[in-house]
Amino acid sequence: MLFSVVVETRLRPGIADPQGATIERSLPTLGFTGIRGVRVGKAMRFELEAPDETTALAQATDVTQRFLINPVIEAADVSVSVAESV
Amino acid sequence: MAARVGVILFPGSNCELDALEAIGHIGGTAELVWHGDRSVEGCDALVVPGGFAHGDYLRPGAIARFSPVMDAVRNFAAEGGPVVGICNGFQVLTEAGLLPGALQKNAGLKFLCTTITVRVETTTTALTSQATQGDELRIPINHFEGNYTCDANTLAQLRDEDRVVVRYVDNPNGSVDNIAGVCNEGRNVVGLMPHPERACHRLLGSEDGAVLLRSLLASAGTRVG
Repeated sequence: MLFSVVVETRLRPGIADPQGATIERSLPTLGFTGIRGVRVGKAMRFELEAPDETTALAQATDVTQRFLINPVIEAADVSVSVAESV
Repeated sequence: MAARVGVILFPGSNCELDALEAIGHIGGTAELVWHGDRSVEGCDALVVPGGFAHGDYLRPGAIARFSPVMDAVRNFAAEGGPVVGICNGFQVLTEAGLLPGALQKNAGLKFLCTTITVRVETTTTALTSQATQGDELRIPINHFEGNYTCDANTLAQLRDEDRVVVRYVDNPNGSVDNIAGVCNEGRNVVGLMPHPERACHRLLGSEDGAVLLRSLLASAGTRVG
């Protein structure tokens, strides 16, 4: 089966996020005064062939932990869904 | 015979010629080793130079660890061969698991291109054997992701085992505990953000980096494998 995978990466709590901080600092100039806690991450999408969803999630999580993120400074959410047939 | 230093060249490296020039200037012999090579045979020491290996895609150093030469670098390090990663090379060595911790973006979101002062904290490493503990060296930095970080246990271990090699006198990038460079357990693999190869001649404004590269030459040929 073909699965669609979305990996959303972010910096771990406590890891400085200068991009997020800079975005947050600039918001009041546009009148947005109630926004806090801006964090910048990445989203990666790919398709994965696997026999079932459990295996797909396990493989996607493995590649995320071993390659797509650096666990010292980053964390990630991995989600898997059955790819829509074209 | 002069020690032969292999300088690993990745696509996107840009400090490899500085390293060659500096090592030659202090009396060593250096040659480039292409990242696609599977061997570092004939090298007595290795430098992983600065730059943007593989375009820093994904993360600095993240793709470089898959380069064919890295298995040879790992074996060379495991046999006790001296390996120094400078700037991007430091990032490559952390991503490859040869050094602990990681380099995150500088506090302040600025690319830093300036000369800073580091203090030599230990002289029992491949990069500092010819220096004196407490030496303060003026060496340039050029980086965006130079803010060293690691978990609390790793930091405690680095301190307990005297593995912080150089510290910033005036922390420019937010690095935890002012760390500018660390070494592995065997003390033969060292990574640092400052560029000693750019501080080896008075015409460059500082010769303070030469003592570090001389240390690397001195430790070359000490492999036990």
